[in-house]
Amino acid sequence: MNSFFARRYVVTAIFVTLCLTLLVRLFYMQIIEDKYFLASNNNVIRKLIMYPARGPILDRNGKILVQNEPVYDVTVIPHEVKDFDTLAFCKMIGIDKDGFDKRFSKALKYSPYRTSIFEKQLPATLYASLQEKLSEFPGFYVQPRTIRTYPDSIAAHFLGYIGEVTDRDIEKSHGYYHPGDYIGRTGVEKAYEDLLRGQRGVRNVMVDSRNVSKGRFANGTYDTVAIAGKRLMSSLDSKIQKLGEKLMNHKVGSIVAIEPSTGEILAFVSSPGYDPNLMVGRERGNNIAKMYEDPYNPLMIRPIQAYYPPGSSFKPLAALIALQEGLITPQTGFECTGIYWAGNHPMHCDERHGYTNLSHGIAESCNTYFCNVFTDVMNRNGSKNIGATYTDWREKVNKFGFGVKLDVDLPNEKKGFVPTALYYDNKFHQNRWHSTSIISLAIGQGELEATPLQLANIECTIANHGFYYKPHLIKSIGDSNVVREEFTKKNYVGIDPQYFEPVIDGMQQVVEVGTAHNSKIPGIVMCGKTGTAQNPHGKNHSIFVAFAPRENPKIAIAVIVENSGQGAWWAAPIASYVVEQYLKGKIERPQQEFNRIMNANLMPDLPGAKPAIKVAPKADSLNKQKSDTSAKPPVQLKSVSRKNKTKKDSAMRVLAAVQIKRKDDEQ
Amino acid sequence: MSNSTNQRGFFFNVDWITVLIYLCLCTIGWFNIHSAVYDPRHPGFVDFDTNYGKQFIFIMSSIVLSIVILLLDNRFFITFASVFYVITVILLIAVLVVGRNVGGNQAWIPLGSFRLQPSEFAKVTTVMLLARYLSGTNIRVTEWRSFLTAGAIIGLPMLLIMLQPDTGSTLVFCSLVFVLYREGLSPYFLVTIGLGILLFVLALLFNQLYLIIAVVAVGLLIIWIFRRFRQVMFTVLIGMLISVVFIFSVKYIYLHVLKQHQKERIDILLGLTSDLRKKGYNVNQSKIAIGSGKMWGKGYLKGTQTKYSFVPEQSTDFIFCTVGEEWGFAGSVALITIYLFLLLRLLMLAERQRSPFSRIYGYGVASVLFFHVIINIGMTVGIVPVIGIPLPFISYGGSSLWSFTILLFVMIKLDSNRMGTLVPN
Repeated sequence: MNSFFARRYVVTAIFVTLCLTLLVRLFYMQIIEDKYFLASNNNVIRKLIMYPARGPILDRNGKILVQNEPVYDVTVIPHEVKDFDTLAFCKMIGIDKDGFDKRFSKALKYSPYRTSIFEKQLPATLYASLQEKLSEFPGFYVQPRTIRTYPDSIAAHFLGYIGEVTDRDIEKSHGYYHPGDYIGRTGVEKAYEDLLRGQRGVRNVMVDSRNVSKGRFANGTYDTVAIAGKRLMSSLDSKIQKLGEKLMNHKVGSIVAIEPSTGEILAFVSSPGYDPNLMVGRERGNNIAKMYEDPYNPLMIRPIQAYYPPGSSFKPLAALIALQEGLITPQTGFECTGIYWAGNHPMHCDERHGYTNLSHGIAESCNTYFCNVFTDVMNRNGSKNIGATYTDWREKVNKFGFGVKLDVDLPNEKKGFVPTALYYDNKFHQNRWHSTSIISLAIGQGELEATPLQLANIECTIANHGFYYKPHLIKSIGDSNVVREEFTKKNYVGIDPQYFEPVIDGMQQVVEVGTAHNSKIPGIVMCGKTGTAQNPHGKNHSIFVAFAPRENPKIAIAVIVENSGQGAWWAAPIASYVVEQYLKGKIERPQQEFNRIMNANLMPDLPGAKPAIKVAPKADSLNKQKSDTSAKPPVQLKSVSRKNKTKKDSAMRVLAAVQIKRKDDEQ
Repeated sequence: MSNSTNQRGFFFNVDWITVLIYLCLCTIGWFNIHSAVYDPRHPGFVDFDTNYGKQFIFIMSSIVLSIVILLLDNRFFITFASVFYVITVILLIAVLVVGRNVGGNQAWIPLGSFRLQPSEFAKVTTVMLLARYLSGTNIRVTEWRSFLTAGAIIGLPMLLIMLQPDTGSTLVFCSLVFVLYREGLSPYFLVTIGLGILLFVLALLFNQLYLIIAVVAVGLLIIWIFRRFRQVMFTVLIGMLISVVFIFSVKYIYLHVLKQHQKERIDILLGLTSDLRKKGYNVNQSKIAIGSGKMWGKGYLKGTQTKYSFVPEQSTDFIFCTVGEEWGFAGSVALITIYLFLLLRLLMLAERQRSPFSRIYGYGVASVLFFHVIINIGMTVGIVPVIGIPLPFISYGGSSLWSFTILLFVMIKLDSNRMGTLVPN
């Protein structure tokens, strides 16, 4: 029987091995792994999240555009709630009994022992009165938060707004965000989210079995401090931003103003706009819903998303390209009879300009002149090679920033549209099109689409005699004055500096005696170009681009007022007031005219609505109003293309509700 | 050699080390139960309404029991082994009929103010009868007739206990395979059981197809290495085929044979579900309690998890949590070392017996205790699915303490007469 004696060793070995396994496992659990220890503490430690202050955004002079305001979330731990005066509580935080029941059962369902948010964003006033009486409501707590507040209610589109994170945001951030965090959704808030959000802190508080706080855990050793978000200084000038928004009141369109010597954006106006304070707080959901339904689309960021055909404001660019190619000189002239025949297609000027050279052609916006120039350019290599020639021309246009993104530091920028040769091949059959087929491009119509930002950028390029800095909105981050490298680079457009002078001469003439002479600013030499973009849905769009002063330009600007008529009627005066304010510090021209422009209601009619009462231009202004173009190119407008269900009146009422209520204390 | 021993000699032959370990474990058990149910509002060491108060009584009565056993005649056990066995079988049948249903199990017979758990005693009597049977002349486990009889001795109580149902106690009897192995059972038995467990786990964790490919690959490799040894090749080949069939059957067993709560426990163990609030709550809290003990533990009566009753069953099946939390890794190692020492000592005692009955019995004691220790602690640390069996001498419970006491002290008694021969008549 003892012959199996040796087996004792096997049995011994098995016993020892399995015991060792237990020891190894215990070693891992007790010595190496921390999570059990932490979990056991979870049963006795409560973590309070310290939310960081979001970085404020200032204008270029240090004025606050958006900052933080404290609000308070009311939280509840259901199983701690004992009998209390429910009605008084509801009254204090502004809800009714039903709302209370709903919220409470939701919290109970989530967990009787854990904190749930009961009511969000109690304003500071309600908080103050609640705080005093909080001990009468056991089980309820307040968690301080901050929300954004806009002291001047300007620059809503530029600043953007924030919202609570969604599940998708949390996923994409690989768990950085927690439910209840806020994240930038549009504008600078989104583009600079990483810098603005700061960093959460944690405070560990010990609680006993009744969840009563017993002080800091380990004297705060494991606590982390909340780090505030970085302060951003934007390039906006809040004075002219405000002025621009006032001037664009009751009008659809936008203003973009840039400082040519740096590319910094001085004004960024989108109209119709809204008071950014509406995107904050408890009413936010309702407000956003209203704005989404508004047929005038106040949420659209027109400066970088709306497309317009540049119209005559394109002419200087066309001239510069031709000059660079050597196809024309400043003295080159063409005879204008009032009509230019492109094949069988007539292009009208509004009067007979006679023999027109470059400067005259710009000043008077002579279509004949530019159609001639364009045809010469296109046929330079023979009409058979128009594809290649066009492509070459297109590249040059791209270099100016047309048809490409300018990479401004805001999200959702659109790049405009300059068709390719292939596009025309498909439209007209390959190689069967000529300069006459695309003659509309000569005067900035046709398929050309540009955003207001792009138009303003052209003016910078001209002001700088041949290059531009990428337009950007943030001057500096935190305390450092470092700007991103790409914004300090000169982007040359490939036109030699000497060609700019004659073009600028012409542009100066536009304001001195030409189409925009009513918008001349005394004492300032402004060079600009009017444009009138044809609109098949209604009245033309009024466009004006300019820079000033001529020597040492400080500001380049593009203004578009939709559905309002000629460039000189509305866009030019508005631009001139902005320029005057910026350069002089005040408006010195007559108040009456200023008021007329500001108060004008130019909201376009919606289909099925009564036509609006138009404010007609003054009858006694020197009647040299000329239309900038009379051709009828196929124009596609993306600015007002919504399904119009409501009548204009009610739409206007909605808009009025979201408009900024301003005092007329500033010009 | 005389069968009866000199009373004076008896005293010197008792293995006092084992007795000491026994008392040590009972004390440790008492203190931990005390901490586990400690209520600061009613501190007091001897309060008979509490578990520790009752355990105190159990310990005292066990000591009395142990003295009685030591004073009995040597031949008492081997003579009446079959009688005891039959009594416990009757009790096991009785409990199915008149027993009180506690916690889903029909495992208890009420006796006045105490409850009796026959399955605990069945462990003792089965070991005893098995030892008696196998120590008979001409009984060789290697013969299939003897093997089957031995299997029946073990299997009958298993079956009855399984009807209660009490899976944990049923499985305890499987540990007797060590006894059979020592007495000559083919080692393939052990290997098969080990491999079976391994493959079962792997088949639940991994894709069946990949597993089969892996098994075949390993098998072929072994065959190639041992290609000169016909027999090895043949065995491995058979093994491979059985493994493959087994892997296929795992899914079936899992879905159709296992009960819901058993499936859940296995899922939780293998990390196949993550429902820590409800079903995995016990084990999760247990792990938290043990893991939070770190190196030196939180100190006696200071375990927050046990103090606030986060761990369920913390004085019975999960008593080890108190050890882990309050005494830390140091304490856990100490306790396991004590157990291991006891087990190895029992093996040593068994081997020094002259009489086969005593040796076989000794192996039985060691196997049963081993199984309880490994499974119970393994369950609390989450490497074994939750199987409700007590930690010997430490878990609260009268029946379990008494039966373990009997189990152990019979061996001590037999050992004190180790030079004698005990032959079944």
